[in-house]
Amino acid sequence: MSLPFILFFVFALIAIGGAVLLIVAREPIHSALSLILVMMSLAGLYLMLGAEFIASVQIIVYAGAIMVLFVFVIMLLNAGVEERTDFSKMAKYAGIPLGILLLLELAHWMHHSLIGQTPANGAGSANVMVSTRDLSMQLFQKYLFPFEATSILILIAILGALVLAKRDE
Amino acid sequence: MSVVPVAYYLVLSAVLFGLGVVAFVFKRNIITILLAIELMLNAVNLAFVAFARAWGQTDGLVFVFFVIVVAAAESAVGLAIVIRIYQNRQTLNIERVNLLKF
Repeated sequence: MSLPFILFFVFALIAIGGAVLLIVAREPIHSALSLILVMMSLAGLYLMLGAEFIASVQIIVYAGAIMVLFVFVIMLLNAGVEERTDFSKMAKYAGIPLGILLLLELAHWMHHSLIGQTPANGAGSANVMVSTRDLSMQLFQKYLFPFEATSILILIAILGALVLAKRDE
Repeated sequence: MSVVPVAYYLVLSAVLFGLGVVAFVFKRNIITILLAIELMLNAVNLAFVAFARAWGQTDGLVFVFFVIVVAAAESAVGLAIVIRIYQNRQTLNIERVNLLKF
């Protein structure tokens, strides 16, 4: 059991624990905080995979900006304990078996695929360290048009959020 | 450096995605359902990064970048809709927002 394996299992257990906590928590604020826990451990996993830029973006944008937005709305709407209703039995009887089925299928398929057997250190092209420099070259040359398109997407999202949240007279 | 096989990351990603699906169908609070969507997006991101690392290419990382951007836009609009629902119905329970229910 080497150090990368131990680190992987520690981060994986924290992530899965956070996800389970998201499901069992009754208050939305607890769910939001446990999702931040998941995101933090995923950032650690990204660091282990050598994607340091994605790890920092994960913390700054995801755990920072997006989750602050969620926590802000939860506080704003004063969302209390989730009320249990008996309206829908389908979620209870169809949700869990379907979730477990999907999980088993995905895990089986991924474990027996060819790519799954390779160690995560660049098997295809022998230990190429993917650096942030390569990422930015790729982003601003090959993917320049999608990158610019996302700015329009963000602009439309801002306008849409403003129009939706505006209290009409 | 990292000797953990890609399959481990992929299985972890599948587990997180499955938990996200369970949370999505199980929770009754609209905000928590949006949180479950974020959890699923995160699980997909982990698979993207693992594949990018396995092939030694940056394309997967660029896709993660775009997924994060789309998630930001989605949560901004989604939370605006949640605020609007709360203004109109005074509830966050998804069972009570059933205007379009057949």
